Amino acid sequence: MIKSMKINLKVWRQRNADSVGNFADYTVEASPDMSFLEMFDVLNEQLIENGREPVAFDHDCREGICGMCSMVINGRPHGPKRGVTTCQLHMRSFNDGDTISVEPWRANAFPVVKDLSVNRSAFDRIISAGGFISTNTGNAVDANTILIQKEIADEAFKAATCIGCGACVSACKNASAMLFVGAKVTQLSLLPQGKPEKESRVVAMVNQMDAEGFGACTNTGACFAECPKQIPLSVISTLNREYLSAKLSGK
Amino acid sequence: MKLDSKIPKGSIADKWTQYRSSVSLVNPSNKRNLEIIVVGTGLAGASAASSLAELGYKVKAFCFQDSPRRAHSIAAQGGINAAKNYQNDGDSVYRLFYDTIKGGDYRSREANVHRLAEVSTSIIDQCVAQGVPFAREYGGTLSNRSFGGTQVQRTFYAAGQTGQQLLLGAYSGLERQVGLGNIKMYARHEMVEVVKIDGKAQGIIARNLITGELERHFAHAVLLCTGGYGNVFYLSTNAMGSNVTAAWKAHKAGAFFGNPCFTQIHPTCIPVSGHYQSKLTLMSESLRNDGRIWVPKIKDDSRNPNNIPEEDRDYYLERRYPAFGNLVPRDIASRAAKERCDAGFGVGPNKMAVYLDFKHNLMYKYGQSEASKLGIVNPDDDTLTRLGKAVVKEKYGNLFDMYKQITDEDPYEIPMRIYPAVHYTMGGLWVDYDLMTTIPGMYALGEANFSDHGANRLGASALMQGLADGYFVIPYTIGSYLSKEIHTKPISTDHEAFVAAEKFAADRISMLMEIQGTRSVESYHRELGLIMWNKCGMARNEKGLKEAIEEIKELRTNFYKNVRIPGSINEFNPELDKAGRVADFLELGELMCVDALEREESCGGHFREEHQTEDGEALRNDDTHMYVSAWEHKANCQWELNKEALNYENIKIQQRSYK
Repeated sequence: MIKSMKINLKVWRQRNADSVGNFADYTVEASPDMSFLEMFDVLNEQLIENGREPVAFDHDCREGICGMCSMVINGRPHGPKRGVTTCQLHMRSFNDGDTISVEPWRANAFPVVKDLSVNRSAFDRIISAGGFISTNTGNAVDANTILIQKEIADEAFKAATCIGCGACVSACKNASAMLFVGAKVTQLSLLPQGKPEKESRVVAMVNQMDAEGFGACTNTGACFAECPKQIPLSVISTLNREYLSAKLSGK
Repeated sequence: MKLDSKIPKGSIADKWTQYRSSVSLVNPSNKRNLEIIVVGTGLAGASAASSLAELGYKVKAFCFQDSPRRAHSIAAQGGINAAKNYQNDGDSVYRLFYDTIKGGDYRSREANVHRLAEVSTSIIDQCVAQGVPFAREYGGTLSNRSFGGTQVQRTFYAAGQTGQQLLLGAYSGLERQVGLGNIKMYARHEMVEVVKIDGKAQGIIARNLITGELERHFAHAVLLCTGGYGNVFYLSTNAMGSNVTAAWKAHKAGAFFGNPCFTQIHPTCIPVSGHYQSKLTLMSESLRNDGRIWVPKIKDDSRNPNNIPEEDRDYYLERRYPAFGNLVPRDIASRAAKERCDAGFGVGPNKMAVYLDFKHNLMYKYGQSEASKLGIVNPDDDTLTRLGKAVVKEKYGNLFDMYKQITDEDPYEIPMRIYPAVHYTMGGLWVDYDLMTTIPGMYALGEANFSDHGANRLGASALMQGLADGYFVIPYTIGSYLSKEIHTKPISTDHEAFVAAEKFAADRISMLMEIQGTRSVESYHRELGLIMWNKCGMARNEKGLKEAIEEIKELRTNFYKNVRIPGSINEFNPELDKAGRVADFLELGELMCVDALEREESCGGHFREEHQTEDGEALRNDDTHMYVSAWEHKANCQWELNKEALNYENIKIQQRSYK
């Protein structure tokens, strides 16, 4: 029942951030039920056996939620299937004999650490600049004191499902982080708890986003198309609206 | 060594309140001079780091992932318990306390569990204040659902992504403090050694995983919030990087390890599909609210499950446990699945799976109710299915999608196939009421400690415990120790203890690199996992455990002769990171078997085949084993057992029954 597939890989190899990278060719025997990362496990096992260096790649939960995996597969972040991360992509989405190219996220703000692994700490710094509600532990009132309309809560939740993987940046020709920032701004500005500091938040986050070297948004929508959590493009309009209104109010 | 659990005096309901009112405080100006290291940034670590920083302590936080937001708490699906009684269904602090003690099969510490139940309600308030978008009802109030081992609805949730939302809340608090300069964050760093001075924990040696450099970090107290050790089984629902290394270094430096054999095997996971499998994926326990578990009554029934009529189905949980049905605790549901599969009634290609079927509730519970709302009289099956599907999608959509992605089968159409898998470890570093280990100044929080779940954890209680420890326990209990440390000036990292600890770690790493044998790290991990799963898994017996101990010793010897780690030390080298972790698992695995062998009884997730009732239920031995096993590492994988007797003053001990 389990048939074997021969997969030809062109994998980006780069020693570290300062060195020049290039593609290396490999061949792997895969099974259609393997995940894409399990296919990489097989490749690495093979390389180690032959005394060669395995390919460094980021991964952790392998169930599509931690946001660590980050491969550009045949030119698309997280590969050909819509709405999934690299770890959830299975080899059944490819054909026996396929040649697949695999590269790291491409953006100046995400320098390569090694091979397919990049540094996304810029995202942490954006959150650190304002992606929170300033409440100290112990300050809270009873959770049902403030009622929140179900539709609002659901919309905030939808925006909050962003896993911070960075596929949006990698997909964008400008390496813009507007979908990522918009998602957090939308979540927090929709909720009553997030309203008091919504103006300072959006300004601080956008300033940090610019400082990190992410590009501007030119509304091509590639970010949404590649987002494994399908964060809607409307979060970018929300971001723009919130930013404009904060600026108009003098923040 | 005599273990002092430092349980405060007084009645169970007053202990924590009295403790909080009388524990020593550290004044704000002294807090600024006290440094705390937090290792791990999951729910326990992130909540502790942010809460302590808010109080004014200087905090350094470490995680091995590329961002603190990726800790594996992120993957928790179903929910978080709290005794809010919003549903008016009879919940209370006492009932949550009682359910947790009973669920843990009377092997947890009463005082800690009661405190957990008490602070549970504040956690929900705290998370809502942070902007965690929990599921809500149309009236705008928070929504609840049921989890196993309880008869009330006390689980708060955010679709099937509760852990993600809670962690992002805690992470945002942490990042806020990073921005304010109160926390210094070290991502892609792994703790590789404890630094002890005069017997107290005074810092750590951390390895920068990008450069391979070892770094020395001083602190007045060290908090290990490093999660569980389920990956000792190789295949588990843990993340690939989840490991025991930090806790193990602490153990070898003098922290006792509590109940290492208490492992939770979660009943509903996607079955193994091939030898290349790297991890197992959980299907949330919340699915048992609406999914019915069954196997065919006829062996090797090859019919499509949808075509097997009711009379040919064995809803074995509903049959064996009518009071709790599909919502029995995890240990019981797992063993029952194993029992049916071992008896030859399993389904799927390897016959090692059971069905989790939503069709009934999808159509008759949700479909019918939606039809009534719409005023549809006598709806046909297609209408019921269509209407019910929309409701199920809202509740569990992401889980169904995940299942389909992995198995290529649509659970809206055909029952899920599931089988138990390693999920959580109740055991962990032994801690007292203050959450301090047996090393003064070193604490363990969340899954990394042993204290609250006894021999079996109830669903939706891990998130509760991680956040309880971090937000509401440690900020108070740490004062008891640090109030006495205000005179300790920061110690230079040139101190001989730092030099020695760093050298010890460096030598170990060089030794591993120099082996240059023939086998990959992964192959050892896989082999260890198989030994553990077969002999220290869902069922254990004396013969198997004794064999496992020998096999693990042999495998460990082999590892140090034959492992091959590519690359070099001073670069980004995930294989080297993994080698260090697997080396520690190779020791921990042995201790787990030693502990399982010593525990001559069955309780919760620990099932010794020699100790069972006539109907195959776990048979505890309260006369001889009502204690916490706290193992002290002597030298070279020799351990000595210390016992903390468990006294149940508020709950009557019974044979656990869910029938």
